[in-house]
Amino acid sequence: MTATPIQPAIEVSHLVKSYAGVVAVNDISFTVPRGEIIGFLGPNGAGKSTTMRILTGYLPATSGQVSICGFPVATEPDAVKRRVGYMPENNPLPDDMRVSEYLYFRGRLKEVPRRNLGSRIDEVLELCDLKRVRHKIIGKLSKGFRQRVGIAESVLAEPPVIIMDEPTIGLDPHQILIVRDLIASLRGRMTVLISSHILPEIEMTCDRVLIINQGRIVAQGTPSDLRREVLGQSAYEIEAAGDLGSLPFLLGSIDPGLSVASEGTPDALGFRTIKLKTLNPEDTGEAILRACLSEGLRVRALSRAHPTLEDVFLAATRRSWDAVAEDRVTPGQS
Amino acid sequence: MRHFLTILAHEVRMLLVSPSTYIAAVGFLSVMGFIFTGILEAYSKAPQELSPASVFFEIYYFPAIFMVPLLTMKCLADERRLGTIETLLTTPVTTAEVVLGKYAAAYLLFWGSTAGFFYILKRFAGDAHLIDPGPILGGYLFVSVSGLLFIAIGVFASSLSRNQAVAGMLCVTMLVGLIFGGQYLANAAWMEREALSPLKAAVDYAQVQQHYQDFTRGVVDMRELLFYVSGTVLALIFSILSVETKLLHS
Repeated sequence: MTATPIQPAIEVSHLVKSYAGVVAVNDISFTVPRGEIIGFLGPNGAGKSTTMRILTGYLPATSGQVSICGFPVATEPDAVKRRVGYMPENNPLPDDMRVSEYLYFRGRLKEVPRRNLGSRIDEVLELCDLKRVRHKIIGKLSKGFRQRVGIAESVLAEPPVIIMDEPTIGLDPHQILIVRDLIASLRGRMTVLISSHILPEIEMTCDRVLIINQGRIVAQGTPSDLRREVLGQSAYEIEAAGDLGSLPFLLGSIDPGLSVASEGTPDALGFRTIKLKTLNPEDTGEAILRACLSEGLRVRALSRAHPTLEDVFLAATRRSWDAVAEDRVTPGQS
Repeated sequence: MRHFLTILAHEVRMLLVSPSTYIAAVGFLSVMGFIFTGILEAYSKAPQELSPASVFFEIYYFPAIFMVPLLTMKCLADERRLGTIETLLTTPVTTAEVVLGKYAAAYLLFWGSTAGFFYILKRFAGDAHLIDPGPILGGYLFVSVSGLLFIAIGVFASSLSRNQAVAGMLCVTMLVGLIFGGQYLANAAWMEREALSPLKAAVDYAQVQQHYQDFTRGVVDMRELLFYVSGTVLALIFSILSVETKLLHS
């Protein structure tokens, strides 16, 4: 019954899923170690939900292998379903049940022993801050509460793997904060795979990010790895006034790769915004500032521009669109 | 099959806490009571050949055609429309357990409560010849056995569509075909041809009206029981397959 702890929580290799000739997931492979929170990003129709459904054993794959905690989904779906808590897209819930009744029913289906179920329901209600609405009818709850009922339900049986398809969709910022803390509190105990459109969300909660587009993985790694890999440079923004003619030479002496990307027009006080870029990942802000001041430039502000995950996401998906376009131009080479 | 009981208990509970169940039950019992009173009135005016029970059960197809679709059309169609089938089937529950659990819950027929009518008749009429236990027992046996198949057909219809109205219409059509179609085919002239004689034999075997008459006369034929039981099993297998195929193409 028990899998060895060395086995990764989720293992996907060469997964392909096609519907009636349309390839939704095209040769995806990835591994998620236990206790990690992983974010799944991609534009609409990239194959996120399909991949998640295959991981839960709800949909069969066309080819490839998927195993959860060492159990292959195709041959041991029951063992897999006992180990996965799943919250589908749009979080479908029955409208005519009370919250505690629903959790009780789901707990029985998930084979939580009747003895522990009552206390376990109390725990998840506490965890998801649902105590106030435990006797309310689900159909009358607000979106945020419904979403939390879905999350409570997915962690109810304490599965080692939790898969949530867009858990924060339609929530207000305060509720997003609660959900984020909730997911973060599972770190280390459970492996969590979440998909989302809200990129700062993923960046704050997830240890690692997978970006998929058109059924393929286009980038994966920690958010900072991805920045370096996809954008490959750091950028600085400086607001300065004075003679800028010697600036390129100065910059070259600090870091040979540092160059001026753009120069703005001076404002009323003579300050202009200059954008610098370099391939060097180290922070050279102090050296730049010192060099500018020694040359008699008046500096008002210096900042290091942090590319957001959004930039990474856009760059990575654009890159994959370009690759697809190339494939189409030269079909023989793909 | 441990999840079967969980699902059955859940479905029954949902029926019992929902006000619409009680409204439907009261409505159904009033209609049946009205019909029963009509029969008794006819008895009070002139002597009749048949016992009130056999006349009462002659309208068995009325609840079969109206109540069965209403009871079953929701069960699988609604799960698919709301998407809750996805959360249901990602727990360690098999499709068979889901279908059987919902089927068993829908089988709790309203018919059972009509037994009260005969009790009231016996209690207040005090006239023994109005109560003939043979047709009453036969009638209820027929209702419970044929109900197995009718409900299974309803569940099957519900598994075919995610629209409750479509599922309901499909169920009505299939039930009318089963209850009246056999008689129509058996009387059709073109069925008399020699080449079609095996088909004719099969149609004669599947006469629901004939089965009803046998049962209320106290004749319980194993072949007739087998007809309903095998039909039920087949309809349920088709429902399970239908739910699973829809998943493959969802």
